[in-house]
Amino acid sequence: MLARTAASIRGIGSRSIDAVLRLGYAARFIARTLASSGTSVKRPRLVVRELYFTGVLSLIIILVSGLFVGMVLGLQGYQTLQTYGSESALGVLVALSLVRELGPVVSALLFASRAGSAMTAEIGLMKATEQLSAMEMMAVDPISRVVAPRFWAGVISMPLLAAMFSAMGVFGGYLVGVVLIGVDEGSFWSQMQSAVDFREDIVNGVIKSFVFGVAVTWIALFEGYDAPPTAEGVSGATTRTVVTSSLAILFLDFILTAFMFRGV
Amino acid sequence: MLSENLIEIKDVNFAYGTRPILTGISMTIPRGSVVAIMGISGSGKTTLLRLIAGVMKAKHGEVRVDGQLVNDLDQEGIYKLRRRMGMMFQFGALFTDLSVFDNVAFQMREHTDFSEAMIRDLVMMKLHAVGLRGAHGLMPSELSGGMARRVALARAIALDPMLMLYDEPFTGLDPIAMGIISNLIKRLNSALGTTSIVVTHDVHEAMEVVDYVYYLSDGKMVAHGTPDQMRNSTDPLVRQFVYGEADGPVAYQYPSRTLVDDMRLGA
Repeated sequence: MLARTAASIRGIGSRSIDAVLRLGYAARFIARTLASSGTSVKRPRLVVRELYFTGVLSLIIILVSGLFVGMVLGLQGYQTLQTYGSESALGVLVALSLVRELGPVVSALLFASRAGSAMTAEIGLMKATEQLSAMEMMAVDPISRVVAPRFWAGVISMPLLAAMFSAMGVFGGYLVGVVLIGVDEGSFWSQMQSAVDFREDIVNGVIKSFVFGVAVTWIALFEGYDAPPTAEGVSGATTRTVVTSSLAILFLDFILTAFMFRGV
Repeated sequence: MLSENLIEIKDVNFAYGTRPILTGISMTIPRGSVVAIMGISGSGKTTLLRLIAGVMKAKHGEVRVDGQLVNDLDQEGIYKLRRRMGMMFQFGALFTDLSVFDNVAFQMREHTDFSEAMIRDLVMMKLHAVGLRGAHGLMPSELSGGMARRVALARAIALDPMLMLYDEPFTGLDPIAMGIISNLIKRLNSALGTTSIVVTHDVHEAMEVVDYVYYLSDGKMVAHGTPDQMRNSTDPLVRQFVYGEADGPVAYQYPSRTLVDDMRLGA
């Protein structure tokens, strides 16, 4: 009994040490990525190419999801506001929910599943098929040639995708609230315009999506680069990217919200 | 003045943690020669190739390439040295998101200021040398194993390296593709005036193209000589390897308890 308890404590200790070591390795990885970003600045075409894969190819899922989330918000919001006779505030509810929370968070979750997993799988397979080693043998640093352009593409595309998600969501809310249910169009837009603050709501939403972009892209690239070079290793790394990114997004959202919207 | 030997390795030891991989390795490779490093799987030959390329550094001893002590070079020095090396990986390691043309042009675009017109001409010449000029528009997924290996060879010689490293170039190839690759290794070596190291366990194919053979076993250099000397060697280890004998100094059976104990015959 005593031996089993000691073994389990040792197991917890060993896993904790491994986790801390991995975190340190991930921190060194991001520091090296940032330090090796010169190539991405000198050759912006590398970043533009990755922007297409991470940003443009994520547009469909982001826009369609944004539309449906906005439509659901329109329906649910109308039901609740109607109870208090405040249907005219539907535009405010839809816009604030999207700009402050749902836009950055849901688009980041979708980004992690669509683009993050693809980044991990691609880099993991490049490692497994010795493409990264071949690059190193050709005196080309894979961090600056492969990792850094993808990192900046992810960081740039995330706020843009979140903005498009929110815009599409507002349009979805408009379709349901104004076109379908018949809420007054003038009050829908005018109340939204007067209640949504540029600094407090929109800029904070953009900051959130930027932070989520850094977190998701960092996790995705690190997991790919650190993946064991086997089929099982790459599949495990891809799963970890989605799980870790999702948890990181929700945790960071709580922290950021606590700092940004105190008493507002 | 240039030394006669491009590579000089003296008393090199290397270990992964506490597990020794190479012990007391010494060898020289003259300029312009084609040399094979042979041995069974796990004998340390790929590790030796990596030490020469500066991927890993020897814990003890000296690895000199073109007079430069690889152990002492920093990352920038290693990259500078590697620009004069070409390496062909076991399965080609082509960049799967780039076409055959772009794979061969990769180093030229990364390391030179050549115009696109000049890069095009050079890439076509390199592809012509490996017989794949007509395949320049294909993607790696459209190539057979032998073709991928030839494209990898064209990519490796893109900047006319002084040293070519081949990591298991014959693995998994059909006899025709194997003959093409071995012929290319020999032909390109003399045409480019380069020096080549072939790490392989494919005895017969390698013996046809190389000038000298180093044989590794358990991380130690146990024999070396010309292909004819290796074929006529009386060393049981070399004979078992060269003639592919199932049993010998490298035991057929994995170490285990006695058959009597394992089958419980004494019970």
